[in-house]
Amino acid sequence: MPGIAVILRLTALGLLTAFLLTPQSFAPVFAPFTQYGAPPIYDQGNLLSLALSHLGTVCLAAAASTLVAVSLGILVTRGSGAEFLPLSRSLVNLGQTFPPVAILALAVPLVGFGEKPTLIALFAYGLLPIFENTLIGLQTCPPALLEAASGMGMSARQRLMSVELPLAMPLILEGVRLSLVINVGTATIGSTVAAKGLGEVIIAGLLSNNTAFILQGGLVTGLMAILLYDAMSAIERRMFKAARID
Amino acid sequence: MPGNFKIDRLGALLTAMGAAAIALLPFVLFKTNRIMPGDPQSLWNVLAPAAAWACLAAVAIAAIIALTLADARVRLAAAVLGIVAVALAVAAAGDALTPAGNKIVRVAPGSGFWLLLIALALLATDAITRLRPGPALRVGLLALFAAVAGMTLAHGTFDNLSVMREYAVSASRFAHEVRQHILLAFGSLAAAVLVALPVGILCHRIPRLRSGILGVLNMVQTVPAIALFGILMAPLGALAAAVPLAAALGIRGIGTAPAVIALFLYSLLPIVANTVAGLKRVSPAAVEAARGMGMTRWQILMSIELALALPVIITGIRIVLVQNIGLVTIAALIGAGGLGTFVFQGIGQTAIDLVLLGAIPTVALAFSAAVVLDSAVEVMDRKPQ
Repeated sequence: MPGIAVILRLTALGLLTAFLLTPQSFAPVFAPFTQYGAPPIYDQGNLLSLALSHLGTVCLAAAASTLVAVSLGILVTRGSGAEFLPLSRSLVNLGQTFPPVAILALAVPLVGFGEKPTLIALFAYGLLPIFENTLIGLQTCPPALLEAASGMGMSARQRLMSVELPLAMPLILEGVRLSLVINVGTATIGSTVAAKGLGEVIIAGLLSNNTAFILQGGLVTGLMAILLYDAMSAIERRMFKAARID
Repeated sequence: MPGNFKIDRLGALLTAMGAAAIALLPFVLFKTNRIMPGDPQSLWNVLAPAAAWACLAAVAIAAIIALTLADARVRLAAAVLGIVAVALAVAAAGDALTPAGNKIVRVAPGSGFWLLLIALALLATDAITRLRPGPALRVGLLALFAAVAGMTLAHGTFDNLSVMREYAVSASRFAHEVRQHILLAFGSLAAAVLVALPVGILCHRIPRLRSGILGVLNMVQTVPAIALFGILMAPLGALAAAVPLAAALGIRGIGTAPAVIALFLYSLLPIVANTVAGLKRVSPAAVEAARGMGMTRWQILMSIELALALPVIITGIRIVLVQNIGLVTIAALIGAGGLGTFVFQGIGQTAIDLVLLGAIPTVALAFSAAVVLDSAVEVMDRKPQ
């Protein structure tokens, strides 16, 4: 079974790379989806550079949200930040009811059109899953282990770094994976405010009634999300296998 | 409480936020027309000194209580007092800056107002969280808030503020788009429940189906919403062209049909996955006991398994409903209507007030749906114990 899964993923990766490097060779595949001799392959920009800037925006936003969410998660679970814990829990729940389009649209008047509102929306939207998982991870550390660590003479800082965070790491990484996958899809909406990304291809298709463009944009984004999800899962598995052998 | 004079850290943070908002940021923006950048105005410039001082005093009382008192009820009262004062002040600012009968100028709440409101809302949220209200009280609070907000809006308190000006311009369209938004979100949810429940039960019974079906549904979730909307346009358009009956039923390449189908597809995964998880939670002993009592398989499914799995299934429905209310916004791009129409028109015209006219009700809808369904889950979860 794992053999087939690996082959499927490698095929997906191969197809994605081939399409982004030489999109024109796929023209016959997409030709049936066009009408009145419209171009079957997106021709208003370089697909590879669009995909890369899409991925870049998503990763930059995810890195920023990971940094902020994990720091906040650590802060509110320390004794000195405990006063913020109930509020931050409620905010995690409230925040999830905020549609990404709303954040995006509200960011535009503050920072103008382009990449920035997309980054802000992705950053804000990516915070929640990571923060939530960091909280759960840090709060479900077995108390016996924490006491043992203190008993061994570890300082609060040492305990955090070498006991709590490693124990919470699987959940934190799961949060990062979740927000990465959500953001790959959400970033396409950024193109409605002129951010450079794969949404451009989809919107061009919507505007010119060209299904081939929509399919290309959607498929590339979907494949990117799936591959990113798998890559993160593989990294997690490798990390924890290594940790267990130690 | 004696000896309780420790400064509250959250209160300190919120007070700093509020103070910065009042001292450094504009309370309202005065625009000569709807797309002009605003001219920043402070509270003192626009209100009579007595009114400005009254508003400031209310906010100061809220700040002092937030800094010194720990009783959540008092803190909630202080936050509500502050919110009412700030809301009345911004309404008064709108009235003061708008020349009588002038329909062109716009008075928009400024960043200072928003930041102050956020600080007070955070204080209220914190107090409510600490009070741990039960499900009935939470729904009651929501209803109370909705009633007060509805009455002030109907009374016209905020009519001279920019968002309400945008509303006045498109009031009839607004009602239509709200209806459409709710119809799209709930309609696709209802269809998804009808299909996803049996599929979930099937997945539970036949483990071999489970990974396959969940895998496919997972993949659907990775397709970005605007792409899925777009991809569905072509086959539906072709169907409408080829089958006159389909066209007569209102199926078209753009508009409601592709939106409902896309939302339906996105809705399947959370409900199927939660049905499976909920059924897994049912203890074999309960099923065994029911069988011993002579219940038929159908009776066991309906009154034991599904009944026990219901809270988890409703949690899935909550996820879907909140997600749908957000996604319907994007459906505006393919002509399906809904509140997203205002958001995207606003983006196109760089008219922030129009964006708010679409965004605020969307967030309110999603938030209310989450509160009501969360409360329902809590009530159901409590019952069996």
